[in-house]
Amino acid sequence: MAQQPTATLDIIEQFGPHLAFSSGTRLDRGVEPDRLVKTHCCFCGQQCGIQLKVKDNEVIGFEPWEEFPFNQGMLCPKGVKRYLQGSHPDRLVSAQERAPNAPGGFRPIDYIAAIRRTADAIQKIQAEHGNGAVGVLSGASLTTEKTYLMGKFARVCLKTPFIDYNGRLCMVSAGAGNKKAFGIDRAANPWSDMLGADVVWISGANVAECAPITTNYVWQARENGAKIIVVDPRITPIARTCDLFLPVKPGRDVALFNGILHLMIEHDWLDHEFIEKHTIGFEALAESVREWTPARTAEVTGIAEKSIRQAAEWWGQAKTSFLTHARGIEHHSHGVQNVLGAINIVLASGRIGRENCGYATITGQANGQGGREHGQKCDQLPGARDLANPEHRAHVAKVWDVSPDDLPEPGVDCYEMFRKIERGEIRGLISICFNPLVSLPDNNFIQRMLDKLDFYVAIDFFLNDTARHADIVLPGSLQEEDEGVVTQIEGKVIKINKAVDPPGDARQDWRIIQDIAAAIGRTHGMTFQNPREIFDELRRASKGGVADYSGITWEKIEANYGICWPCPSEDHPGTPRLFELCSDNPIAKVAGPFYFPDGKARFNVAEYTPPTEEVDSEFPVILTTGRVVSQFLSGTQTRRIGPLVEQYPEPRVEIHPQLAQRLGIKEGDWTTVASRRGEITVRAQIVKTIRPDTVFVPYHWAGVKSANRLTISAQDPISKIPEYKVCAVRLAKATAAPEYADQLEPQQS
Amino acid sequence: MPVPDTKYFFIDPNRCIGCESCVQACSECDTHKGHSMIHLEYVNRRESPQTLPVVCMHCDSPTCAEVCPADAIKRTEDGVVQTARKPRCIACNNCVLACPFGVPKMDTHMELMMKCDMCYDRTSEGKRPMCATVCPSQALFFGTREQIADLRPRSRPINEFKFGEQTIHTKVRMMVPREATVNHLDVTDGMFDSGDDPQADDMMAATLYELPIIS
Ligand code: SF4
Ligand code: SF4
Ligand code: SF4
Repeated sequence: MAQQPTATLDIIEQFGPHLAFSSGTRLDRGVEPDRLVKTHCCFCGQQCGIQLKVKDNEVIGFEPWEEFPFNQGMLCPKGVKRYLQGSHPDRLVSAQERAPNAPGGFRPIDYIAAIRRTADAIQKIQAEHGNGAVGVLSGASLTTEKTYLMGKFARVCLKTPFIDYNGRLCMVSAGAGNKKAFGIDRAANPWSDMLGADVVWISGANVAECAPITTNYVWQARENGAKIIVVDPRITPIARTCDLFLPVKPGRDVALFNGILHLMIEHDWLDHEFIEKHTIGFEALAESVREWTPARTAEVTGIAEKSIRQAAEWWGQAKTSFLTHARGIEHHSHGVQNVLGAINIVLASGRIGRENCGYATITGQANGQGGREHGQKCDQLPGARDLANPEHRAHVAKVWDVSPDDLPEPGVDCYEMFRKIERGEIRGLISICFNPLVSLPDNNFIQRMLDKLDFYVAIDFFLNDTARHADIVLPGSLQEEDEGVVTQIEGKVIKINKAVDPPGDARQDWRIIQDIAAAIGRTHGMTFQNPREIFDELRRASKGGVADYSGITWEKIEANYGICWPCPSEDHPGTPRLFELCSDNPIAKVAGPFYFPDGKARFNVAEYTPPTEEVDSEFPVILTTGRVVSQFLSGTQTRRIGPLVEQYPEPRVEIHPQLAQRLGIKEGDWTTVASRRGEITVRAQIVKTIRPDTVFVPYHWAGVKSANRLTISAQDPISKIPEYKVCAVRLAKATAAPEYADQLEPQQS
Repeated sequence: MPVPDTKYFFIDPNRCIGCESCVQACSECDTHKGHSMIHLEYVNRRESPQTLPVVCMHCDSPTCAEVCPADAIKRTEDGVVQTARKPRCIACNNCVLACPFGVPKMDTHMELMMKCDMCYDRTSEGKRPMCATVCPSQALFFGTREQIADLRPRSRPINEFKFGEQTIHTKVRMMVPREATVNHLDVTDGMFDSGDDPQADDMMAATLYELPIIS
């Protein structure tokens, strides 16, 4: 039974989160590092270049890496303080087993014994309930080599169809929309294309806090004359200095895009030649946006008609443009429709595939891009191949030296895996680099499902909130303890370099996975000696696929500060900008620049439907969620780094003064936010920078402070992304401070 | 080696995103490791996410040094005003109270005034200051006048500040909108909360742009 073995406070006392600050060697001015290791940040999808200062086997600080072209030495506060996660007192340096009588609920266990227990449990469950009774939850912060290995491990070793990854919570709507429209799932442009654009359109992206380095590109574009249009229910720091701010009501983005296209058609701000030569489906789309008059668009989106007309005019008349979006339009039960709406206005303008003209989603997680290309997504095989496609299966099966018939069919998304646990179909779970108890919507449900498992093994370097439910915890590795590649926000494959060895019994994750495979006695294809061997096999497996890495080598990456895929041969320079008119691709074969057999992009009718949960008299306020700059995702790492916690110690609910006044809530008041699924009590922050009908809570905290106790598990039917960005809540001033206020340090819960 | 006289430190509050990378990075620089010498101020969080980084402006005639009874604060020949000299500083707090920009900090534990020294350990070796290197929006920029002119055609640098009767010239430059008529910032104008006196916001208005919501 994968129940939490003891009280949360006891576990926290033993395993944290505790706060690490600079001390010892790290604070000592006299200490010279032995070496500087050029690598990348372990957090967001921008993957800033950074140099780690290493002394003995410890990362003692950082030095900006100014030559790395994307960030030129720039870093956000997370990158600056990331070095404090190594040598952290909470670091797991031995395997742990669930022990309800031990002080922290776990006791150390010999690594080999832990692997043996894990293998025995998996074998027992599979023998009794079939291979599919074991599920794997993987992560998008892992190197691409590890994500490749996870996919192979699930399908070849465990023979289960059930693997999915936490990129499901991140960019899958963008990926699905891009595939439908362009036939390929990747940012279409390098960020440098922003610099010469006439208009930069940013929808649902808190760029300043989630992709801080990107602000420099946006504002440099503005210095060069670009108009910046920002669409968001909140005035984020990037919105503060934009040229036009459209305060959209959460969940209505597709209506806005349709309204813009309506005006583009009305004023004939279209690139007819491009539409004619390089796209199909425009007529049906044009018909569908006929009803999206400015008046109707204004009514649905809550944006003034005048602003909508202004945006359409700037966008429509521009010569060059860059449109970018992020989770703000993707985290919806119709996230794919929102994305398609965005792509439609890009395609109708014909401004893609050439210099200063582009389109991109902003990747959230470290390897959000590479993490979904090589087979840990439930429906994909390496090279962004489809698991359901017989030719694709045959290619990969050959590389893996198995019969295509032995490969499982596509599985289900990670949320659906929890529903399978509810139905008793999945009984054993292996997770790595995924903290669903914080990051999935409707946390209370997730908690009940974890309790229900027969066996749960978590691989992590800290005991994350979900791992507290594990039967066995295997001590994994930090990013700086291993090497491999990741693919950053622009589609550029870059190299993570090893700075230190894992401490104690901690192991590199790929070794742990192979140790489990060996203990189960299924070592076929699971005997890599190092990440380079994994990468070389991955290159072969991806060859000829859309995400073709076959021409990329580690040496080439280092020599060029990264190589953009597709890169089909070793003498190929990679593809920084997709869809250039002269470009060739393995699907279209010179028929055109887009990744369909006819080389043409697809317009898709983007249908508007309201959010799954509309406000009503009982729950009259819209809740939207997101990030703050000093914390990252479920906070497994950042809630342990002292200076980052001090910067933003606990979640606050942002409320507009008009709403606050109606509710009698003042700045700093403890406020209970309740939805149909749960409630949390947090402090109020009264700001005019949010729509009066909407409140915002950041989602990085766990338990009684988790915004995902409130959010709804509605999912997009195509991408299966959860609707984090809108649900209905009610607010009230709390009668007293919550219990946690005096029990716990701010970062704990 | 002196700080190259071709290189200047520019602050552009219009670009600041409040991320505190500068604050976090300053505490990593070698001269006062563990302490941050830069503050980040919210102008009025209720109204706007506008933030303002405050570093030492490295005044030509530093008030902090002028009021120091122990002559502990030195301005180097290349114009960088240093943290108080340890053997001299008597922790009297005069500098803290006198600095018009509110820069020096008293470390009561060490009984020493500490302040931004423009990362002397780095800038005197040809490197950029830590905060200006990491600042993700380049609200803090260290480089030549030509570079800034090229990168920021919409803005221009000024380095004259008025505090009532006192006029101060600084080594550090503040970026204001190119078309703004001000040639100096009169700080007393900005010393009132915008809610109290809408007329008193000239300084802020000169440095910040209005949010353009059309309705
Ligand atoms: S979190 Fe992102 S922006 Fe911050 S340093 Fe890391 S890669 Fe750069
Ligand atoms: S210049 Fe150096 S010392 Fe001064 S605030 Fe910036 S980082 Fe700190
Ligand atoms: S690093 Fe730059 S953008 Fe961030 S708070 Fe400091 S000055 Fe502002």
